[in-house]
Amino acid sequence: MAIKPRVKVPKSAKVGDTIQIKTLISHKMETGLRKDKKTGKKIPRQIINMFVAKFNGKQVFQAKMYPSISANPYIAFFLKVPEAGELDFTWTDDSGKTWSAKKKLAVS
Amino acid sequence: MTKRIQLKVIDRRDFVLGAGAAAAVTALLSATAGKAWAKELSEVIKAAIGDAKPVEGKVSLELPEIAENGNTVPFAISVESPMTDKDYVKTVHVFAAKNPNPEVVSFYFSPMSGKASAKSRMRLATTQDVIAIAAMSGGELFIGKRTVKVTIGGCGG
Repeated sequence: MAIKPRVKVPKSAKVGDTIQIKTLISHKMETGLRKDKKTGKKIPRQIINMFVAKFNGKQVFQAKMYPSISANPYIAFFLKVPEAGELDFTWTDDSGKTWSAKKKLAVS
Repeated sequence: MTKRIQLKVIDRRDFVLGAGAAAAVTALLSATAGKAWAKELSEVIKAAIGDAKPVEGKVSLELPEIAENGNTVPFAISVESPMTDKDYVKTVHVFAAKNPNPEVVSFYFSPMSGKASAKSRMRLATTQDVIAIAAMSGGELFIGKRTVKVTIGGCGG
């Protein structure tokens, strides 16, 4: 269902710069409101409800999502670069399944 | 001649009555629907920030004026803040007043964010207000609002 998430981070940045980080993951984000056309039963909710971004192990950004977020959730946010390091992203859906991605950030 | 005129009169009366009834039903439906959602909106806002009354300002929402497809409406929020260790934006809650679930997303920032700004895409069921409430590290609350016209709703059903 959901495949590898995509993350876009500038290749390098200066210490103190504020950079934009863009993330995208494929997920149908089933709202729990739709009905199956054949059976007439409600399709149970199945969405990514949590996104966490960490820099060198410290949480820098988090998004708690609800069914009003579109399918294939796209999230962009900012980070003020303190040093070189690694960004770690985690997505969690209603079933507890997680996806993760890592990106190295070099400073110049 | 006389007969024809009579028919015409009846026709028109029927038409007027029918249209009036239809309009009344529509008005009633939208009135009850509006009430139900509005109540839920105040409930979810209360769940997010409690009884506190947010002050207007500092929060800006970037949204299209008219969204042709309610399934993916891009939005950006940003809050004025120096984003230092002592004074930063903790959380921004985003709500869509008339969606079946008015909560859209809650963004949690940190002083390391540099900028209290984030972007995503939301579903909008119908033309409505999108509301963002920012909670600052000092406990103050700010609110911002934008109206979006939606051509095709995007909440399934």
